[in-house]
Amino acid sequence: MPTELLLFYALGAGAVLSTAAMLLPTTGRSPIHAALLLIVSFFFLAGLYALLSAHLLSILQIIVYAGAIMVLFTFVIMLLNLSPDEIREPKISYAKMLGGGVALFVFGKLLNGIGLAASAAKAVDLTQHDTFGTVKEVGHMMYSTFMVPFELVSVLLLVAAVGAVVLAKKNLAYVDRPVPSPAEEFKTEGHAAGDGEAAAGHGGHH
Amino acid sequence: MTAIPLGHILTLAALLFSLGLVGVLTRRNVLIMLMSVEVMLNAVNLTLVGFSRYNAWTEGHVLAFFIIAVAAAEAAVGLALVLSVFRLKQTTYIDDLRLLKR
Repeated sequence: MPTELLLFYALGAGAVLSTAAMLLPTTGRSPIHAALLLIVSFFFLAGLYALLSAHLLSILQIIVYAGAIMVLFTFVIMLLNLSPDEIREPKISYAKMLGGGVALFVFGKLLNGIGLAASAAKAVDLTQHDTFGTVKEVGHMMYSTFMVPFELVSVLLLVAAVGAVVLAKKNLAYVDRPVPSPAEEFKTEGHAAGDGEAAAGHGGHH
Repeated sequence: MTAIPLGHILTLAALLFSLGLVGVLTRRNVLIMLMSVEVMLNAVNLTLVGFSRYNAWTEGHVLAFFIIAVAAAEAAVGLALVLSVFRLKQTTYIDDLRLLKR
């Protein structure tokens, strides 16, 4: 068996096993264990990308996925500060069995489609095309053919960052503090300055 | 000529995608459901990289890059929502979020 195929099977088995361990109710019950197993799975996938000569994506997978996104996940889990007794024992229900059935059905359908796609596949020889997947080639395409989508993605990231900050804000007006009616507002203004401010500041706090 | 058959790459991607789908449909912790969505996006990326390798198309890599960017945006907004819901209801389980059901 060629080394390439052997590596593919090893990395693929690692990715599938760590993902499955993340989803099992025993090993992946607490969110922090699941997050760490998912990071392992992302490293295996980065290896698979490198094996398929996607140099840039393999590095991006580690920097962006295993680095940035999973750090965000672990940071939020830390911020929630869940105690062990807040993590529940999973229970089996009809809805979950139906969910498993749906996933199995989708897997079957996908395998069906793969049979058709893979039968006609013949890999292009990369020996004449040795810049394939490098930073230079992918970057060149990103800044020429995909110029507009690339700029739009930067806008999307900006919007997402601003949206995340607004959503995670501590005092969202409609969550924490009931909007005072005009009459109440008038009353608060009528009070002495110190009292009025204190009442407004702690108005809807519980 | 690569030694890895395309069918094997696609089967692995399909398996990972289905595992992610199982996670979204059966786990009840919002954080783990979000992680399962990330697994599904990664499975799609693997498909794109596999097809790119077979046709020597760089377009697939650029598309996978865009998916990574969108996944980052989705994770940021999703986690902000989880935080905001946790402040309101003190839970990360979607079984407890049934305000519209009553």
